[in-house]
Amino acid sequence: MMEQNTLDRWYAASPAETAGVGTIPLTQIPMLPYAAFAADMRALLLLPDGTPNPNNRCVAYFAVREKGEGGLLCYALVARDAERDVLAGGYELDYYREEFPPSLAREIPALHVYEREITELYGIRFTDSPWDKPLRYPFNRHHRDDSIDTYPFYAMESRDLHEVQVGPVHAGIIEPGAFRFLCDGERIVHLEIALGYQHRGVEALMAGTDNRLKQILLGESIAGDTVVGHATAVAGILEAGAAAEEWTGRDVIRCERAVALEMERMAVHIGDTAALCMDMGYQTGHVACEALRTLVINAMQQWCGNRFGKGLVRPFGAHHRLTLERAKHIETTLTEVMERYRTVGRDLLSTPSVLARLEGICPVTRRQALRVGAVGPAARMAGVMRDVRQTFNCYPLSGFEPVVIDAEQDGTHGDLLARLKMRLREAEVSYTMIMAGCKELAGRWFEAYPAPDYSRPMPAEALLFSLVEGWRGEICHVALTDTEGKMAAYKVYDPSLHNWMMLALSVRGAQISDFPVSNKSFNLSYCGHDL
Amino acid sequence: MIPFILILVGALCLKGVINKTRARLAGRTGVPFFQPLLSVGVLLRKGEIYSTSSTLLTQVAPALYLASTLGAALLIPLGVFPALVSFNGDFILFAYLLAFGKLVLVLAALESGSSFQGMGSAREVLFSMLVEPCFFLLLGTLALVTGYGSFTTIFAKFDNMSVNLLMLSLILAYGFLNVALVENGRLPVDDPRTHLELTMVHEAMVLDLSGVDLAFVHVAGWLKLSIWGLLAVNAVIPARTTGWMLVGWALVALALYGVIIGLVESFTARNRMTKNATYLVTVSAIGLLGFAVAFVLMTSGV
Repeated sequence: MMEQNTLDRWYAASPAETAGVGTIPLTQIPMLPYAAFAADMRALLLLPDGTPNPNNRCVAYFAVREKGEGGLLCYALVARDAERDVLAGGYELDYYREEFPPSLAREIPALHVYEREITELYGIRFTDSPWDKPLRYPFNRHHRDDSIDTYPFYAMESRDLHEVQVGPVHAGIIEPGAFRFLCDGERIVHLEIALGYQHRGVEALMAGTDNRLKQILLGESIAGDTVVGHATAVAGILEAGAAAEEWTGRDVIRCERAVALEMERMAVHIGDTAALCMDMGYQTGHVACEALRTLVINAMQQWCGNRFGKGLVRPFGAHHRLTLERAKHIETTLTEVMERYRTVGRDLLSTPSVLARLEGICPVTRRQALRVGAVGPAARMAGVMRDVRQTFNCYPLSGFEPVVIDAEQDGTHGDLLARLKMRLREAEVSYTMIMAGCKELAGRWFEAYPAPDYSRPMPAEALLFSLVEGWRGEICHVALTDTEGKMAAYKVYDPSLHNWMMLALSVRGAQISDFPVSNKSFNLSYCGHDL
Repeated sequence: MIPFILILVGALCLKGVINKTRARLAGRTGVPFFQPLLSVGVLLRKGEIYSTSSTLLTQVAPALYLASTLGAALLIPLGVFPALVSFNGDFILFAYLLAFGKLVLVLAALESGSSFQGMGSAREVLFSMLVEPCFFLLLGTLALVTGYGSFTTIFAKFDNMSVNLLMLSLILAYGFLNVALVENGRLPVDDPRTHLELTMVHEAMVLDLSGVDLAFVHVAGWLKLSIWGLLAVNAVIPARTTGWMLVGWALVALALYGVIIGLVESFTARNRMTKNATYLVTVSAIGLLGFAVAFVLMTSGV
């Protein structure tokens, strides 16, 4: 078969051995004809019956302009959970001479974000695209005349329905984003989410500098609530060139990062439980969880001087060692926090007025989660087992068991209750991991502790990628280096990019007054999407 | 005169009592007791901004709302203390004075042309409609038991210290409390503290108001809270109490009313919007229960 043949040409990287980081020489990535590329993508991402393959997903798919010529080089990375590898392939596109390629998103909806981005940046209009709308209006977009003010919202002719526009300026202190509801009375018929009000140019800034410190600082600022997650991903890219043996103290640093990641996860999950309670008007849960979150982020501050972990992750080393004393403090604080959080969890799951707001409300099916390519807790709460920690990160802490809300064990999944349970259980797992990490580090107190190194070279002419399971899900950073090992292009994929569609689907047919609760239950990032 | 003064006192203090109760239960100090007054003081010094689609109605609506609420306050007695204005069937005027205030506010909200305010108005009207039967059933029960037709005479004659009527008095108080929660937009039907426009009921209607207009709506809100509180108090104060004793009873019961609202708001989540309709029908069922109990009591000749 033709398809099998070209699949063999895809380059397989095994990031599981290198903590989610992979280096692929650019010359090794096959540049296929678009038809073959599309056939391969279908073979990888779809099962023979046309449904999404739950084990494989596209983690990156982007285009860069060819040096000196007018063409585009498109690269795609497909992660395979079962084989624990990442396949890289691509195609060339000379859009001055060729027709626009047919859209893959029609069959594989999860690809819509990638195709929309390519369209937006380079003016490639994939034919038959099901959702041909701009993604985020970056400053370097192809059609400068397009702006978020001219976003092509769905409109309806019916006089029975009405439109409700929420945002882009919201009550409170959240970021800009427009939500347009088409409603039939109190029922939502359709929700369209338009993002693209922030134009920070993160990717261009990242590729535009050789200053590693600046790059990691930029990474910390991609999304304010995922500082450790994104910084770890950037550090992974910067460290991609160094083999394990030429880097002393690697294990200590990796273990510390794992602890920091889990602390971030725990803090956010507790904070989100508070926010969820606030939107339900349940004061007890709200104030209890807010106080607990503060304790967790204060423990982070006590460790590295910043409540969100800024300044903690640096390439090849760090400035803030998790000493025995600090580890002890974290252990005692978090044990206390976890005990109280468990109590809150029991209270929430046994308060009828709370359960009435959650059970069976705003559900997303497993099939929908697979189709839109949901990642992280948003996928796991719908019964899709996806966790980078398990597949690729080769977690330095033993005994890691990802949480997944299973339809059989938990009765139901995909609804608001599943999302709350997800948070309660993941915080529990994070707590276990933090304890294990602190114990592990205590046994390594005598080992050398490396200082950050901002000068080590990156591999030349390579595609580097870094996969990290942030609290919101899979973070994927990709860098292309030039012949001198300098960064030529940088791509950032925040989990929100995929999960926003989950939010839109969860409220379809739901009550409009339930939207805020569902929104909080996902807690997606605007800046992670807008970059 | 005394009931009216008590309503004013309640209006000034009840918000503070609720806030303090909630804050204490949340382990916080909370805002100063008279913060609502200070906020209104700030609003009174500010000017108004009107939507381009609004007409004169929006400008007079808050004043009408406040005036109608004040008018309703004149009709409330306290036990043997008569109301300032009283005549046969005055409770019907009471109900529709409040409804009139609501009507002008709804019209003003619709004028703003905002989809939030449209949604808020629709919900507010629906909930008011569903809770109205409860009010009339409760009042009808009282009229049936006492044989009179005005607030003043009813509450002066309502003898809840007999064993039979004590139960009725509790049902009435519970009913009035629930009507109060709905009419004032408190939990579990509405959340006055939410910042989420999509879940608002009463708050959504006043999103466009500012300055003195908003201050008027706030003051009218306090008054309504106090009026409904005093009605519930009327149902539970022991009959034949009078003088300072009665005033003391009323103050304690009003404070308790505030504390109960604070408790409800601390320990329950808000209803889902769809569940509210069922909830309100249940409240009306309580009114019906009271009426049935009274009817049985009266016809069995006890």
